[in-house]
Amino acid sequence: MPPDPHPRMLPRLALTGAILGAIALLFAWVAGWLTPGRVSGGSIVDAMQYNSGKVFLGARRAHAKGLCVSGRFASNGAGATLSRTLLFQAGAMTPVSGRFSLAGGNPDAPDGRNVFHALALRFVLPGGEEWRMALDHTPIFIVSTPTDFQAFQIASKPDSVTKMPDPVRMAAFLASHPETRRFMAYMKSAPLPSSFANGTYYSINAFRFTNNTGETHAVRWQFEPEDNFSALDKASLDRLPTDALFDKYLARASQGPVRWHLVIIPSNHGDATNNAAVQWGPGHGRIDVGTLTLTHAVPEVSGDCRDVVFDPLILPDGVSGSDDPLLAGRSAAYSASFRRRAKEGPRRVSVPVNQGIAK
Amino acid sequence: MIPPDRYALPARVLHWAMAMMILAMLFVGAGMVSTASWAYPALLTWHRPLGVTILVVAMLRLLVRLTHRAPPLPAALPRLQTVVARGSHYFLYALMFAMPLIGWAMLSAAGTPVQLWPGTILPPILSHSLRLFGWLSWVHGLLGYGFFLLILGHLGAALFHGLIRRDGVLRSMASFGTRSDRARK
Ligand code: HEM
Ligand code: HEM
Repeated sequence: MPPDPHPRMLPRLALTGAILGAIALLFAWVAGWLTPGRVSGGSIVDAMQYNSGKVFLGARRAHAKGLCVSGRFASNGAGATLSRTLLFQAGAMTPVSGRFSLAGGNPDAPDGRNVFHALALRFVLPGGEEWRMALDHTPIFIVSTPTDFQAFQIASKPDSVTKMPDPVRMAAFLASHPETRRFMAYMKSAPLPSSFANGTYYSINAFRFTNNTGETHAVRWQFEPEDNFSALDKASLDRLPTDALFDKYLARASQGPVRWHLVIIPSNHGDATNNAAVQWGPGHGRIDVGTLTLTHAVPEVSGDCRDVVFDPLILPDGVSGSDDPLLAGRSAAYSASFRRRAKEGPRRVSVPVNQGIAK
Repeated sequence: MIPPDRYALPARVLHWAMAMMILAMLFVGAGMVSTASWAYPALLTWHRPLGVTILVVAMLRLLVRLTHRAPPLPAALPRLQTVVARGSHYFLYALMFAMPLIGWAMLSAAGTPVQLWPGTILPPILSHSLRLFGWLSWVHGLLGYGFFLLILGHLGAALFHGLIRRDGVLRSMASFGTRSDRARK
């Protein structure tokens, strides 16, 4: 700096510093550096890793154990009045790839657990458009906001010895979250599909469909299997062979195509679209808009489903997110998980989590 | 021939338009990854088309820079400052191109559609590769925050010229009056 030639230099220097400082401070605030408690995709994924107790490098931070499938979707045209998406045009045949998975961050976990059985799908439409979905076998979710999801991951972390969550912390969470109590009661009593091939998979979250005339309607949807439902015996889950469900699906797929019907459930007046933890009441319309046919199945290492993200907000024209806050939270968390596992490269080993976490 | 004392009018207009857009982009980028609220998808929806607009405007700007003379820095400026000024300007130009190109490339490598708005998707510029995506998305973040620091430094230097040295360097970009500065001297 040249020697101060000017008596009024100090205020000018101060002004320069103030302008730079103000911009830097604003940036730091926007970036969340001044509010460490802000819930982000990254902080949610941190909480999931904390819950797992381990990071399985290169694996998804949720639904880590999976299987790649592919096939096609044949539209019957009935969906075209609801949404203008190319997927629903009469006679449209759309290539699909996807991934069956079981919930949890451990890619080596045994299949005999009372957890989400899941299906993720990727519809490849003309013009580079895609519709991606990640669906579970339950019609409701365990919490209704991303903040609660993060808090639940922390409260429900299994103790390394007892394998059970800290009863005090868990009780405190459940006391203030009746929707989570409802979900847990549901999970306890609802049957678990005996195969990936005979499960119904639900969007859970509400979305919005917009048709050719610009009308918009909130919907949920579900894929209903053609294979007959049967249930796993919940009492003997821990005796199920480690990869029983995955092996069973590979065997089923080798016998011929597996089919589901995509059924759209339009919301009725008064249905909450912003709360995935509540089921919509009875008396809803059901519109079967076409058939999903899965023709191929391969283990994840040899398929093409591992290296993509089934972000539920990758949507085609004619479909958009609803006011359900879980959707934004999912999109942010899936992206954070995807970026981490991509940076680590395809799965190698697991390392213990030693990062601290705000409880 | 007398060298110009200001940047050409298109250069000045483009400079300030881009300054606003790039600063907005940096705040949008840093803000969206900081939250899991509705703001995450909302900001990301703006991030892609605004970023691609910056790429297009940057091309225009480079063209203007190459076809118009820039005013020289003051002869009295210490050599080191001249070198730093030149060098930082090259970096700023490089980042204007690199940031949007890396953004586009990383989504391509991710196998994710590069959506500008519903129904309009840019073609991928890289083939699908998980490792490349991981690496590029890390570089996009690193260079993004580096870009912010560089812009802060650039602004600091501009204010130093305008408020402390008062040598006409800030005015060469920031004055839009009809009278040339030379006429005022
Ligand atoms: C805030 C709530 C939720 C959070 C934070 C969350 C988080 C995650 C994360 C981080 C992944 C791994 C993403 C990746 O690396 O590619 C994942 C996968 C998945 N999630 Fe969620 N999830 C949430 C709610 C849901 C809901 C409501 C459903 C069902 C409708 C669901 C179904 C799935 C499925 C099927 C996968 C596996 C996708 C695949 O095979 O790639 N999740 N979730
Ligand atoms: C001047 C241009 C751009 C600037 C200054 C910029 C800046 C940023 C910044 C600061 C971040 C946050 C980095 C982090 O913390 O990880 C970010 C993230 C991102 N940017 Fe950009 N960006 C630009 C262009 C683009 C373009 C053209 C695209 C895509 C077409 C893009 C796609 C993304 C994506 C997908 C993310 C990550 C979002 C996530 O983590 O979920 N960017 N950008």
